[in-house]
Amino acid sequence: MKHLTSIRELSKASAIALLDNAQQLSQVNDRDVKKLPALRGKTVVNLFFENSTRTRISFEIAAKRLSADVINFSAESSSVSKGETLKDTAQTLEALGADAIVIRHPLSGAPKNLAANNWISASVINAGDGSHEHPTQALLDALTMRQVIGSTTDLSGLKVLIVGDILHSRVARSNLLLLNLLGAEVEIAGPNSLIPEGIEELGATISNSFENSLAKKPNAVMMLRVQKERMQGEYFTSHQEYSRHWALDSERLSMLGADSMILHPGPMNRGFEISSEAADDPRSKVLQQVSNGVAVRMAVLYGCLSGGQS
Amino acid sequence: MSQVVLRNVLLANGTGADIEIENGIVSAIGSSSAQGIDCSGLIALPGFVDVHTHLREPGFEASETVLSGTKSAAAGGYTAVLAMANTYPVADTSDVVEQIFDLGHDSGFSQVQPIGSVTKGLAGSELSDIFGMNQSRAKVTMFSDDGVCVSDADLMRDALLEVKKFGGVIAQHAQDPNLTNGSQMNSGALSTELGLKGWPAIAEESIIERDALLAEETGSRLHICHLTTAGAVEVVRWAKKRGINITAEATPHHLMLTEEEVRSYDPVYKVNPPLRTKEDSLALRAAVLDGTIDVIGTDHAPHSKEKKECEWQNAAFGMVGLEHAASVLQEVLIEEGGQSWERFSQLMSSTPARIAGLENQGVLAVGQPANIALVDPNSKREISSETHSKSTNNPFSGLVLPGSIVHTLYRGVFTLKDGQLQVLK
Repeated sequence: MKHLTSIRELSKASAIALLDNAQQLSQVNDRDVKKLPALRGKTVVNLFFENSTRTRISFEIAAKRLSADVINFSAESSSVSKGETLKDTAQTLEALGADAIVIRHPLSGAPKNLAANNWISASVINAGDGSHEHPTQALLDALTMRQVIGSTTDLSGLKVLIVGDILHSRVARSNLLLLNLLGAEVEIAGPNSLIPEGIEELGATISNSFENSLAKKPNAVMMLRVQKERMQGEYFTSHQEYSRHWALDSERLSMLGADSMILHPGPMNRGFEISSEAADDPRSKVLQQVSNGVAVRMAVLYGCLSGGQS
Repeated sequence: MSQVVLRNVLLANGTGADIEIENGIVSAIGSSSAQGIDCSGLIALPGFVDVHTHLREPGFEASETVLSGTKSAAAGGYTAVLAMANTYPVADTSDVVEQIFDLGHDSGFSQVQPIGSVTKGLAGSELSDIFGMNQSRAKVTMFSDDGVCVSDADLMRDALLEVKKFGGVIAQHAQDPNLTNGSQMNSGALSTELGLKGWPAIAEESIIERDALLAEETGSRLHICHLTTAGAVEVVRWAKKRGINITAEATPHHLMLTEEEVRSYDPVYKVNPPLRTKEDSLALRAAVLDGTIDVIGTDHAPHSKEKKECEWQNAAFGMVGLEHAASVLQEVLIEEGGQSWERFSQLMSSTPARIAGLENQGVLAVGQPANIALVDPNSKREISSETHSKSTNNPFSGLVLPGSIVHTLYRGVFTLKDGQLQVLK
């Protein structure tokens, strides 16, 4: 593969191959010398138009573990604030020698614009665009689920519940596409005002009760982060109301099966969408997700830059 | 005295004829013994009339000028275009519409009839000098805030009453702004997947329904620009059945393309109103065939490269269409719909001329100005992005479409000859 801007670009086989590679590459984490020479001499630019320390650091570590050179370009401190277009920014970075551009952008579709328009020949990896997609997040979630259930192939039959602000969530969209590709069953739950139109056509059942969904014994519960600026007004009346219906609190935690897992893309708002008790429960795989993030991003960078496997 | 003879043309009704033109006027249609241009295999139609063109001048000359826009029109078989009012300054006074009228006169490639804005500065709060523009040299009869909707019902009612005085028409861009704040594409599963704000069909349909009732109550005349949804077709059908004086338009792009194009995030497909679903496009086609849609309007909306070479959300709305509208309609109406060239001619020429009140357009008859498009119906071509417009935001690039315009005559003068744009004195 040359680019990764959407899960739609992956087949089931190529997604599984990526997860297999990530699984192998994750072992580098456990070594004394955490480095492979695979991308020596390659330059990876983290082009971030939106703040995201965690995702940027994860991509940075992934590139460095593969011996690539890494440049971090943040829009706030650059010519972008002077009105430079996306095209000019990308072409400038390529002229400086970028082989891959990892892009985070507040506007849906910006990575696709970079990849599709012949503006540049570098690989483009989507690190989150608007409310469109965050494909490496979905891949790291899938890798975590595979590890927890002991699968080395797909996720067929796995029941996954995604809870929260689906409307604005690129994590939910990428997960929905990838989980369907891998054979999992997805249910989404959240306030009606945050369930987007037509989402069932993308392969999800919709629930308007967290309790009802938990009663169906999901194998994984993915809690989405609630952005505080959306806690009041248009979508629901208060964060108390939100938490009362949609937080993974201790009561709901007790409904969860013993071998279920709790996932969260981070950063968590403890006390809002997830209680500390749930966040620190042994079933919570949040830190495993973070580690897998590095492995998945290594696999994606390698896949895009080695020019080999599809 | 100048004479042009078009030999061996096919008329819209299928009969063969020679057309003699003297001093810009059709002097005979029948059998001619004079020397002339052999037009075997070509269909002679009244020159096309576009009720919905954005010529961008004055104000946005980087995207289009009256000259470049009318060249593009001539290349597409048009002999008259109605120039939308969203220029800068807005065409909301006699001065501006007369300026556009004169620029059109100077271009010579087609008639340019200015459309006046309904509200001052398109701001939607106060009526423009509608009567003044009608009384000006430009003799404006069609008024539109196209680009934005006249959303205030009271103002819309006043506008309908104002144009009724002189038999004018309001062309409404039906889009409830409260339902489309920040909207980027048709709303549905695809807008959800792509993370782009949806543009619900009801935003269009509710305004058409309201305005149809206002037209009924005022007894005035209403034209609906660019219908896009199956529901909008239903509303217009209902209004016509009720006897309301309403006409409706569809664009080539809404007949041909669907929201699936947006998957590419290529802003060339960003347009207002947005591309809709396959079902909507099929409903529009059916409405063209059954006459619910009265005219094809191109909504030719040129934009310079920098307004399209960017992220979807930052790009301008609009696409060009003058040079390919006839091919799209041939595909929809004739190849697929099995209807006649006479019907084609109604949709492209005579009905738009009637709606816009252009007396010397839309008719091919002895004694009338020779405004003629000659179509080769048997050619097939892959649409290229080459154009006579100043802008290249062409969504049809790469499609293979039937038909081509071989000659266009405006007032008896070739503006396009053998597919080549002519140099005019």
